Amino acid sequence: MNLHEYQAKQILRSGNINTPLGIAASSADAAVEAARELGGDAWVVKAQIHAGGRGKVGGVKVVKSLDDVRAMAETLLGKSLVTIQNAPDGQPVNQVLVEETLPISRELYLSLLVDRETERVAIVASAAGGMDIEEVAHATPEKVLTETCDPLLGVQDFQCRALAFALALTGEAYKDFCHLLPQLYRVFIANDLSLLEINPLVVTADNRVLPLDCKMSIDDNALYRRKALAELRDDSQIDAKEAAANAANVNYVALTGNIGCMVNGAGLAMATMDLIQFEGGTPANFLDVGGGATPETVAQGFKIILLDPNVKAVLINIFGGIVRCDVIAEGIIQAVKEVGVKVPVIVRLEGTNAELGRKQLAESGLAILAAESLTHAAKLAVEKAA
Amino acid sequence: MSILVNKNTRVICQGFTGKQGSFHSEQAIAYGTQMVGGVTPGKGGQTHLDLPVFNTVRDAVRQTGAQATMIYVPAAFAADSILEAADAGIEVIVCITEGIPVLDMLQVKTALNVKAALRANGAKLIGPNCPGIITSGECKIGIMPGVIHQKGKVGIVSRSGTLTYEAVHQTTQLGLGQSTCVGIGGDPIKGLDFIDCLAMFEADPQTEAVILVGEIGGSREEEAAEYIHSNMKKPVAAYIAGRTAPKGKRMGHAGAIIAGGAGTADAKIHALEVAGVVVAQSPAGLGEAVQQALAAR
Repeated sequence: MNLHEYQAKQILRSGNINTPLGIAASSADAAVEAARELGGDAWVVKAQIHAGGRGKVGGVKVVKSLDDVRAMAETLLGKSLVTIQNAPDGQPVNQVLVEETLPISRELYLSLLVDRETERVAIVASAAGGMDIEEVAHATPEKVLTETCDPLLGVQDFQCRALAFALALTGEAYKDFCHLLPQLYRVFIANDLSLLEINPLVVTADNRVLPLDCKMSIDDNALYRRKALAELRDDSQIDAKEAAANAANVNYVALTGNIGCMVNGAGLAMATMDLIQFEGGTPANFLDVGGGATPETVAQGFKIILLDPNVKAVLINIFGGIVRCDVIAEGIIQAVKEVGVKVPVIVRLEGTNAELGRKQLAESGLAILAAESLTHAAKLAVEKAA
Repeated sequence: MSILVNKNTRVICQGFTGKQGSFHSEQAIAYGTQMVGGVTPGKGGQTHLDLPVFNTVRDAVRQTGAQATMIYVPAAFAADSILEAADAGIEVIVCITEGIPVLDMLQVKTALNVKAALRANGAKLIGPNCPGIITSGECKIGIMPGVIHQKGKVGIVSRSGTLTYEAVHQTTQLGLGQSTCVGIGGDPIKGLDFIDCLAMFEADPQTEAVILVGEIGGSREEEAAEYIHSNMKKPVAAYIAGRTAPKGKRMGHAGAIIAGGAGTADAKIHALEVAGVVVAQSPAGLGEAVQQALAAR
């Protein structure tokens, strides 16, 4: 689950980490009020969406009067902002963050994430801040510095020093950085984060280190024990179909094709998408109803798939293991009747009681096509969607 | 022979009296697994499915000589259950539970690695978020349907549950059968990985060929390819799921994500082919692929 920048910075502050002073606002009036409260004669107004690349598309601007604060807030609020990361749909701007401006001398990159290769929390830093770190890593890998933390010990002082020297920090900035890293590590652990990215981490003109931006993702598996964070969920930032899937507890990812897919198991779901593409079609979605699919989850899956107007055919691929195919067939029949499916439905059932399930589908009197094999199912779906 | 578990393996279940634990313990017993009891804290002394219930894994090991455990406890308690099993001297820990916080798994893995370094025969963890392990016709520890399995010569190691069933189904239909099938699970931080299983299959006399089922994300398939090239004489067939998955989208499994251009299916398929592995274009072709690999030997 992702957080907005203003929420992430609040979490940093609750971990005793200094950030630029700022106030989030959801109306132009509130934005002006925020600027007045912050004082000074210049502010930065930042669109709050769950995507990066805002600066390049006018989502972040420095303004020098209260009128301009208002104008900028009015321009952004209620609009959809399309950046390189969320194209083509974009995400709605429901809040802007009004912040003080700072005299900046350098922009660095810093992030903490769970690294699957070393099975540790990794700290990634670079002197090339403010840019896309993936590009930096690709073009100039030597500019990306990494330290990994022993889960039983956390980040060590020597690791902080090593990074600070490598980033050529001196004086107060060096001290700030060495102080900041253990604090960030504690925030990371205490909030069950899977990513904490600060890009840029700035060195100010008076040689202090501050996070200018902050992106946080929380491990979905840990939300049960981070209830306050779970409440920060913003469904306006995710695809409506994906939000419905979250609520129904099925794994759904919206794609751009026209064949709706419902499969049990993530691996088989990906394999089904691959097969469709292999046969010349394009999948409309990834949908995993789970290894233990039930008639209820099948019905939910149907509803979610059909929220997508592009869907011209639905392919259901179930390998019945513990769950019996006749039970799934019953669920499919019920769902087709209940939801009123108007597109062709192709079903491939294999495993426990598959024969019985196929027989039920054939005798249902509904327009459900039973496929003989995985390949046959994909071929049929592609043919019907064309 | 087989790997990790066989008809003599004494198995307990953690979360024994719960709904999942009860159902899958019954299935395991019906398959012929040597279930010797289970653990549910607070229910020690009771009898469940005609087997003794213990409060702690230590008690269970002391009184039944259990060597393996299958864990069905809820995600919030699963990391602790793995550590409890390891502490009690269980050799094979199979964690079916999905949804364990990743930071918990970092700690579990570190603790297990420390234990393994201190003791020659450290515990082997399978999973979490996996279908489990089965030695066909002998011992089923997990949620896979026993009925599709047939004793035979193909070892299977897979990151995906239902895709494993495809591989099993096809090898059964072709009359090849399976030695042992290990579902290593779809989480980024997990116990046994491809290479661990490949090494065991290479050393197992019953196994004549291996099927590897991988998916997008991480680089373990590439490492497996490297290992196969340098260390394996037995033929290997493979399938990699997620060729058409978009970058940056998590495909159900926490580990299945293409990040920063790394972990793509094409890179994995290429690495495996270079290592001499027969890679199936479609999951429907896994059986034929392993037949082809066996014939080319």
